[in-house]
Amino acid sequence: MSETTASLPTLSYGSMSRDRKRALWWSYFFLIVFAIFFLTPPIYMMVTSLKTSAEISAATSPWIVQSPTLQNYVGLLTDSVFLRFFRNSAVVSVIVVIITMLVSVLAAFALARMKFWGSATLATGVFLTYLIPETLLFIPLFKMFAWVKETVGIELINQWWVLILLYPTLTVPFCTWIMIGYFSSIPKELDEAALIDGATWFQTLTRIFIPVAIPGIIAATIFAFTVSWAQFLYPLAFTTSAEELVLPVGIISTLIKGDVFNWGQIMAGALLGAAPPLIIYAFLMDYYIAGLTAGATKG
Amino acid sequence: MNLERLFQRKSTIAFLMALPLILIITLLVVYPAGYAIHLSTLNKSMERFVGFGNFEFLFGRETFWMVVKQSVIFAVTAVIFKAFIGFVVAHFVHNIPSKGQRKWRGMLLVPWVIPPAMSTLAWLWLFDPSYSAFNWLLAKFGVAAIPWTGETDWARFSVILVNIWIGAPFFMIMYLAALKSVPDQLFEAASIDGANWWQRIWYITLPMMRNIISITVLFSLIVTFANFDIVRVLTAGGPVDTTHVFATWAFKIGIEGGDIPLGATVSLFMVPILGVAAVMILRDINKRGNEA
Repeated sequence: MSETTASLPTLSYGSMSRDRKRALWWSYFFLIVFAIFFLTPPIYMMVTSLKTSAEISAATSPWIVQSPTLQNYVGLLTDSVFLRFFRNSAVVSVIVVIITMLVSVLAAFALARMKFWGSATLATGVFLTYLIPETLLFIPLFKMFAWVKETVGIELINQWWVLILLYPTLTVPFCTWIMIGYFSSIPKELDEAALIDGATWFQTLTRIFIPVAIPGIIAATIFAFTVSWAQFLYPLAFTTSAEELVLPVGIISTLIKGDVFNWGQIMAGALLGAAPPLIIYAFLMDYYIAGLTAGATKG
Repeated sequence: MNLERLFQRKSTIAFLMALPLILIITLLVVYPAGYAIHLSTLNKSMERFVGFGNFEFLFGRETFWMVVKQSVIFAVTAVIFKAFIGFVVAHFVHNIPSKGQRKWRGMLLVPWVIPPAMSTLAWLWLFDPSYSAFNWLLAKFGVAAIPWTGETDWARFSVILVNIWIGAPFFMIMYLAALKSVPDQLFEAASIDGANWWQRIWYITLPMMRNIISITVLFSLIVTFANFDIVRVLTAGGPVDTTHVFATWAFKIGIEGGDIPLGATVSLFMVPILGVAAVMILRDINKRGNEA
């Protein structure tokens, strides 16, 4: 590479800015291409959801709506089964978020600051469990549930609330991991001063750590909510009857009926199912992204 | 003496605070993971110990080897393209004036935000055998209709495409965060020395981003290898089981087919590659921990 560095081209200011301009032009060009690739499915969802079944099966352009209608949305939002899915999803996600934050903030504080026998190993273990995918666990869990039914008599299969027990396994490890990162970055002097002034550990946590780590807590909350809302495998494996289903599984298993493809309504349902995470993302994008990148950058 | 008691009390409190976490992890993650190994040694009715019987049975089945091959092709191809597209897009976003970056970043991350099962439905509809909007566009150019999910090769292409679509934005965000942490002076110095864009990427960006790239790739490899939603919704493993990956095949055998031990055995085949990736991630984290 010494040749290239040796043969220094004499750059005039004009040519540099012309290069810049060209690079900028190409950047925008490719960004538009990628934006089309990334946004086509959601836009197409929207387009289809505004069509009647008749228009969908007609030979007109699939990309354009001739006579937009909200009947698919109205149909879904007045359908008690669909509202039940929505309610199940909302209740499960909100409770899971609360459990997740309680468990992971307490644990992260203990692991980041209080240190006990085996706490360092546990911190690594938490990260490792985050790497164990749910696709490895659903079959043994299914069998464990059957065993609970046999021995204790509590039916766990086909109950929506069982998801409240299961989802924390997906959210708690990562949220604890994020919170350990945030808590560790708080200067030790702060809690030492509080302890010397006679504050208890619990007061140190609620009065100092939680207020200082609010951005981390928001990021972890968003993560926990979006993961719970989007989870598909566990509800598919563990719930079957319509009143126990959550939104993603409900849409896929009840709206797709054999050959009678009711795509306007399916797309409307999918968009409604995507709406809560999208709305949160639209308003709290920076926290959302902070949560995403925290796993790797706050090692 | 007093101090010692205080110390003891502190560690007790700490342990109690971490107890819910420990319980969740042991009962619902560690125990089932170990239980999967036990299950894999039982016969279908789970009454008899069969040792490696399930493994031997799988090794003798052609479908199993096809699933192994497909899982590897699926994960490796998708991760390579996700990493590449993410890298390229991150650079383009980084190139434009910073006031516009937020808007573009926000738009380009949308595929990652939509729940995968929901966005895969949109793709399923885009790939519909009779109403495919892509085929409609192709027909305008005189190209024959493509059987997106109907023929093995196209179906394999389609599941990978959807996976890339969902995952590339995640890489983009990670790389963008990494790019922001590369000091501008390095690029300025390089361009003063006459380095072209390729040299700047090869000698500055890539080495500076090495950590983030490796950890994102490893992480994505785990998630992609264990993927369930996309294949399940888009093809459900079809046509004739040719797009199954470990997770969807294990679901078909274990839950739908009722053979829990065999399903558990199938899912256990994800462990080796996950283990390797996890060890590499841990090594990376420990290394960085020591540097800090």
